[in-house]
Amino acid sequence: MKKRWMSLYVENEVGVLARVSGLFSGKSYNLHSLTVGETQDPTISRMTICVDSDDATFEQIKKQLNQFVEVIKVVDLTNVLIHMKEILYLKILTANEKEKTQVYRISDVFGAKIVDIGRSSILIECIQTEARNNELVQLAAKEFTNIEVVRGGSVAIESISISDR
Amino acid sequence: MKRKGTQAFVETLKQEGVDILFGYPGGYAVDLFDALYGQKDIEVILPRHEQGLIHEADGYARSTGKVGVCLVTSGPGATNLVTGIATANYDSIPLVCFTGQVSKNLIGNDAFQEVDIVGITRSICKYAITVRERKDLVRIIKEAFYIAKSGKPGPVLVDIPKDIQLALFEDDFDKPVSIRGYKPNTSVHMGQLKKAMDMLDKAKRPVFLAGGGVNIAGAGEEFTNLVNIARIPVVTTIMGKGAIPTDNPYYVGNVGMHGSYASNMAISECDLLFSIGTRFNDRITGKISEFAPNAAIIHIDIEASSISRNIKVDVPIVADAKLAIQTMLERVKDCFHEEWNSQIDKWKLEHTIRPQNAIGLTPDKIIKEISARYQDGIIVTDVGQHQMWTTQYLEMNGRTKLLTSGGLGTMGFGLPAAIGAKLGNPDKQVVCISGDGGMQMNIQEMATAVTCELPITFCIFNNSYLGMVRQFQQLFFNKRYSSTCLRCRKSCEKNCFDPNKECPPYSPDFIQLANSYQAKGIRVFKQEDIKKAFELAASNKEGPTIIEFMLEESELVLPMVPGGNALNEMILDC
Repeated sequence: MKKRWMSLYVENEVGVLARVSGLFSGKSYNLHSLTVGETQDPTISRMTICVDSDDATFEQIKKQLNQFVEVIKVVDLTNVLIHMKEILYLKILTANEKEKTQVYRISDVFGAKIVDIGRSSILIECIQTEARNNELVQLAAKEFTNIEVVRGGSVAIESISISDR
Repeated sequence: MKRKGTQAFVETLKQEGVDILFGYPGGYAVDLFDALYGQKDIEVILPRHEQGLIHEADGYARSTGKVGVCLVTSGPGATNLVTGIATANYDSIPLVCFTGQVSKNLIGNDAFQEVDIVGITRSICKYAITVRERKDLVRIIKEAFYIAKSGKPGPVLVDIPKDIQLALFEDDFDKPVSIRGYKPNTSVHMGQLKKAMDMLDKAKRPVFLAGGGVNIAGAGEEFTNLVNIARIPVVTTIMGKGAIPTDNPYYVGNVGMHGSYASNMAISECDLLFSIGTRFNDRITGKISEFAPNAAIIHIDIEASSISRNIKVDVPIVADAKLAIQTMLERVKDCFHEEWNSQIDKWKLEHTIRPQNAIGLTPDKIIKEISARYQDGIIVTDVGQHQMWTTQYLEMNGRTKLLTSGGLGTMGFGLPAAIGAKLGNPDKQVVCISGDGGMQMNIQEMATAVTCELPITFCIFNNSYLGMVRQFQQLFFNKRYSSTCLRCRKSCEKNCFDPNKECPPYSPDFIQLANSYQAKGIRVFKQEDIKKAFELAASNKEGPTIIEFMLEESELVLPMVPGGNALNEMILDC
């Protein structure tokens, strides 16, 4: 079992997300994360999907997705150079002044931004790799008592090709 | 010219060459039915239940190769299609199912007879869509037909809300279909095919395995030519049966759970398995780790996802079976291996398939009579023991067609599918073989057969049990016949282990039932009466005939590979 990534171009239509996610539940494939958004062409959406699977299952998932009428293209990102980031919001709900300073220091280290602040709470926005965001959540959970977390799931795109470098 | 949605619907069906439509009206389909009223080009068949309806469309599609068309109303009309859609999906049958739907502004309100049929059928059809804008209606219908019949065929569902049916629009009927996410494969990878042919030349113990894909592609004749040149033994799946005449010297038999001894041994001992158009279903493979353990495996299939899913394949070839076989014919050589072929002949002789009871009225004798009478006809089965016996004993000459629910194994399929087959092939003889259980699952369709004046012969193999499950209980559950006796009544002794002849009478009386439907009914107790019964049925040209064969419940389907066993571990005798 290994974590694998793929990018999916699909018709931007009602029911396509249900069809794709239904494949994972219906065939017991292990879906780790799925993000979707419109592309420059409003009739096409692009999904970034992460699954936990062995080689054979991953091949099967790609083939199954490819044969859906609504799926335009499947791109395997597992073994190509990619840029991949995930957005994370982390709110600390009860922070005193000392802790707020600590939050600033932490966000500095993680390359995160403070995007909102109140009398006793503070909000961090972090666009990082999934692994890096995991670390931030772990650290915050240890350092602060009352936190709230929301994560977007990763989006990925192929790096600029070697021939263009 | 602006048209209502309903008129555009009918116009598009005509353009697609639809000559028969299976329809059951209702509140949200009534406008579509109104548009069909008085149409000369499209005959509308009115079944008695939507499940019967879709199996009829399925039987029509299987027997003609054309797309079967269904039209039903929303809600219960739509949900009654579900089993039929799954049946067609598993066996790759092209259907287009139209469902009425509540108006768009009511969708999501739990309106009367509203269901999310697209959501319900999403995982059991090739494509499903609700028409949300009137301008898309014609395009979607045309795409539905294209998707249903191209590539690996399958059912497509088109859900049409009431307001779309009534809205006016000036349609373009001539725009060709082009779907960017759907481009079925139309070629053969020559490199892979050459590699496969080289392996065939070098193999010492090669076997062809033909699945339903060969029959769907209509490649039986080409395949038979290929086999005659290569002189390699052939085994078939249930769906592949008939791809080669059963009396061909290289035909071994069916493979799998109830396959013949020689076929299963051939798979287990071969060094090259050349498979075409099968998905290696668990009923075919038995224990996966011991399936064809000594063989390199070549697999031709139209669907990439069928390759290396259940069985890891050495040479994958994504292609239409007919195209691939035609290409193979250009370079195939004689691959005859004296020793291997005679080994297979020896296995054939060692264990032929035969009934446990040699005397009396037994399934093999009935099927032998059917084989003799219906060589150019269509044989339809339901699901259960009678189905397996048919696949074991039926002789097919290359022209005979066998329609059976192989993938989903849907009881209640046979009777309506036979009606659809007869409607699509009025000049061919159609015979249906059912068990007493499955016959009752869509028995209401007898009325459809009578009202459509279809001379079909419906054989019921009545052993008063759900025989296939009973067989499991006899062999693996210590003869605890839990819920399988169809004569059992409330007043019966509980835990009846040894049914005797004082059991209550069977309900219903199929002969009286036939009479009540104004069909003919013949009951057969003795072997001597088989021939006469079929002669009588043949003389009834006006409508259907039921022949009820009273069989012993003890007759089992053998050989049998118990679930989880390897193919060469068969129960041969009992």
